[in-house]
Amino acid sequence: MSRRPAGLAPRLLAFCEELRGEGVAVGSSEILDAFAALEAVPWKQEEDFREALAATIAKSQEDRRVFELLFDRFFFRASEAEALERGVGEGQRHEGGDRLDLDRLRESVRQAIADGRDGEMRDLARLAIAAFGRRGEGSGVIGVDVQRIRRALGLQSQAGSPEEPALDRDQINRFERHLRRELERALIERTEKLPPSRPLAELDRALPTSPAQDLAAVHRAVAQLKRRLATVGHEQRGRRRGAIVDVRRTMRASLDTGGVPLRLKHRPKHPRRPEIYVLCDVSTSVTSASVFFLSVLHALHDSFRKLRSFVFIERISEVTDIFERERDFRAISERIGREGGVADVSGYTDYGRVWLEFLEQIVDDLGPRSTVIVLGDARTNGREPHPEVFARVAERAGRTFWLNPEPRLYWNYGDSVMAAYEPHCTAAFECWTTRHLEEFVNVVAGGTPSGEA
Amino acid sequence: MADDAQPVASSPSAPEPAGFPQSVAEVREALGRVGYLADEPAALVAYLAQRLGKPILVEGPAGVGKTELAKALSRATGRQLIRLQCYEGLDEAKALYEWNYRKQLLRIQAESADPSTPPGGSAGPDRQTGGDPRSPDPWADIFSEEFLLTRPLLQAIAATEPAVLLIDEIDKTDQEFEAMLLEVLSEFQISIPELGVITARTHPIVVLTSNNSRELTEALKRRCLYLWLDYPEVEREMEIVRLHSPEIDEQLARRLVEVVHMIRQLDLKKPPSIAESIDWARALLLLGADDLDRSVFERTMSIIVKHRSDLDVVAERVGLKLGEPSLGAEAAG
Ligand SMILES: Nc1ncnc2c1ncn2[C@@H]1O[C@H](COP(=O)(O)OP(=O)(O)O)[C@@H](O)[C@H]1O
Ligand SMILES: [Mg+2]
Repeated sequence: MSRRPAGLAPRLLAFCEELRGEGVAVGSSEILDAFAALEAVPWKQEEDFREALAATIAKSQEDRRVFELLFDRFFFRASEAEALERGVGEGQRHEGGDRLDLDRLRESVRQAIADGRDGEMRDLARLAIAAFGRRGEGSGVIGVDVQRIRRALGLQSQAGSPEEPALDRDQINRFERHLRRELERALIERTEKLPPSRPLAELDRALPTSPAQDLAAVHRAVAQLKRRLATVGHEQRGRRRGAIVDVRRTMRASLDTGGVPLRLKHRPKHPRRPEIYVLCDVSTSVTSASVFFLSVLHALHDSFRKLRSFVFIERISEVTDIFERERDFRAISERIGREGGVADVSGYTDYGRVWLEFLEQIVDDLGPRSTVIVLGDARTNGREPHPEVFARVAERAGRTFWLNPEPRLYWNYGDSVMAAYEPHCTAAFECWTTRHLEEFVNVVAGGTPSGEA
Repeated sequence: MADDAQPVASSPSAPEPAGFPQSVAEVREALGRVGYLADEPAALVAYLAQRLGKPILVEGPAGVGKTELAKALSRATGRQLIRLQCYEGLDEAKALYEWNYRKQLLRIQAESADPSTPPGGSAGPDRQTGGDPRSPDPWADIFSEEFLLTRPLLQAIAATEPAVLLIDEIDKTDQEFEAMLLEVLSEFQISIPELGVITARTHPIVVLTSNNSRELTEALKRRCLYLWLDYPEVEREMEIVRLHSPEIDEQLARRLVEVVHMIRQLDLKKPPSIAESIDWARALLLLGADDLDRSVFERTMSIIVKHRSDLDVVAERVGLKLGEPSLGAEAAG
C-alpha cells in the first residue's frame, strides 16, 4: 500500500485550473469536495479515483466530456507509476521465435471487447502493440498507429456472423482508447517525457449543440453566399464555346442503335444556372459537426433552387428530395438518419469510395458553372483516399471548396489526409462555427482566397 | 484498504449509522442484495454521498434506474424512503407543509358553537403554557403541530430515524422551487413562522433525479455529487434482466439485450429502457419463446417500442435483420 503521492494536491489544483480554462465551472466548493472524496476512496484504484473526481467536479455530461479529455494528461503519471509497480511493461514482451498466435490474439481481443472487460482490454492492447506496433518505428503519430492496429486486428463494427458476434462502434472506440493510452505510455517510456499538452480540440467545445441556436446566423451567411454565386458562371462563359460532343452520352445513346453512334449528343450550349453540389460527411468522427453542417445544408436549400445535396459515410446518398420536401430541421435530420442509406455499417468514412460514387453519379452534370462544396474532416480511417478521383471532380467543376470542421492544426494529423485533397480545391477552410462560415462566404464573395488555396 | 479507513472530514452532524456499508464494494454488494445492480460509478457516488453527507444528483434518460437507485438505497440501509415526486407547479405547500384549514375551521366552529366547553379545555391543555386560562387564544391553538400537514421535505427533516429522501424529477419544477430546495438542503432546517424552526435531528441521504429536460441551476449542482446514469452495457443489462426473470435462458437474454442495444442505436423518439428489456423478457417467457426470430420479434416489439413512427423504423431496420423462424443464426450482412 503506498501513500497518497505528495504531488497530488498541486496536480489536482492545476487540473481544476485547466478545467476552468475550458469553461467548466469548478469553484472552491468543488475542489474541497474533491479532496474530501479522495480521502474516502482508495486512490490507487484508478476507476474509483477518476469517478470520485468526476462526481465532485464535472456536473453535467458536457463537463464530463471535457473532464475525460483532460484527465489522462494530468494523472497519467499516477497510472504510469502504478503500471511499473505492477511490473507490467518491458519484461513481458513476446520476442522473436516466440511468435504470437495472431488469430488467437484477434479472438481474445474481440471477446474482451464484446464482454466490455477493461482490464483485459488494456492487457490485450499492450500485446497488440507488441505484435503489430513495430515498436520504435511506428508512424510517430499515435492516431495513425491506433488505426493501423485496429485494422490489423480486423476490428470493424459490421462483421457480425454466428461465430463472430458484431461489435458496435462504441465498443471498438473503447478498445481504441486503451490502444491510445498504451501507445502513449510506450512513447513516454521511449522518450522519457510527457506528451505535450495539446490544446483541446476547440471544435469539441464550440459547436452549436442545438442547431436552432445558430440557424439564423447560418441562413444569413448563406444568403450572402447566394448573392455571390449568382454571378459565377458569367466570368467563365468564354471558356467553352460552341457545341462540344458529349462522348459519354453519345455512347449511351448508341446502345439503341447497336453501338453505332448515329446521334451525336452535345453538351448543352447554354450556360446552366449556377449549380451547387454539396457533399456532407455525417459519420461519427464529425457527429457534432454534422448537426452544424446539416443546418448549413438546410439553409443552402432554402436559398438555391439548383442545389443537390449528398450525405456520406461509407457510401454516398442523395438527400436533395428530403430537404426539398421537409421544412422542419428536426424532421430532416431524423429522416436522413433513417433513410439516408449511407451504409453506416462500420461508421468509418470512406472518402475514396465516396469520390468514385459521386463521379459516377454526376459526371455528366458537372461543368464550369458547378460549384462543389465538401463538408468533411478528411479522416479516411486508413482507407484509400483516391485523391486522383477527387482531382477529376474538382477539374470538371468550376469551383471546389472544402469546409473542414477541424482546426487547421489538426489537419493531416492522425488519419486526416487533407493535404491530399487541398491542392485540388479552389480553397479550403476550417469551419465549425457560423463565424467561420461567414469568413468563408466573405472570401468567396471577395474573391480573395487569402493564401488559403 | 488502508486509505479507506481514514477518518473523513465530513459534516460531524452526520454520524454514520452502524448499518451503512463501509466501502464502495460493500455498497455495491448491499445494493445487489436488494435487487439493484449498480455499476462502479453509481456505487461510488452512493458511498460518497454518505461519507461526505452530500446529496446525489442523478441525471440520465428515462428508465435507466435513477428512481430505483434511491429506492434500493432505502432498502439496503433499512431506512425509510420519503419521496417527493416533482411536477410542474409544485409549490411549498405540497413540498414542505401546509396548514390543515378544514380541520382548523372545524375546531373554530366547534369552539364557538359550544359555549359549555371550558375555555381552553379540550383544545390541548398542555399547550397553554403560562397563558391565562380564561382568555384562550384559539388562533395560537390551531397553529399547532396537530393541524400541520407535513409534506415530504418536512418529514425528512423532522424524521427521528435517518431516512432516504428522494426528490424525483426535479427538472419538472421551476427555478424558484429549486432555490427553496437549495435552502432546505443547505440548512437542513425549516422555519415555520407559527411554530419556530424545525432542525434536522438526523441526516437523510438525499437523491435528486432529473431527466435532463432543462438545465438545473449551478447553485444546486454545486451542492450535489453528480452521477450520470446511462443505458447499461450488455453484460450488466443481461444481469438485470435475469435478476428480474431468473427463469430466462441465458442465450435468449443475451440476444434480447443485444437487440435492445441495436434499437437504441436508432434515432427513436423513445428508445427502449431497462424497464422495457425487463418487460420484454417477461413477455417472451410467457410466450414460451426460446429464440428471438423475426416472427417473435414482430409479435412482441410493441412492448419495447411505443411510438407509432418508432415502430415503423424498428420493424424496417431491425426486424429484417433477424433470422427466419427456423434458422437460429443471424441473417444480417
Ligand atoms: N441497476 C438496476 N438493477 C436492477 N433493476 C434496475 C436497474 N436499473 C433499472 N432497473 C429496473 O428498471 C426499472 C426502471 O427504472 P427507474 O428507476 O424507474 O428509471 P428512471 O427513474 O431512471 O426513469 C426499475 O423498475 C427497475 O426494475
Ligand atoms: Mg424515475
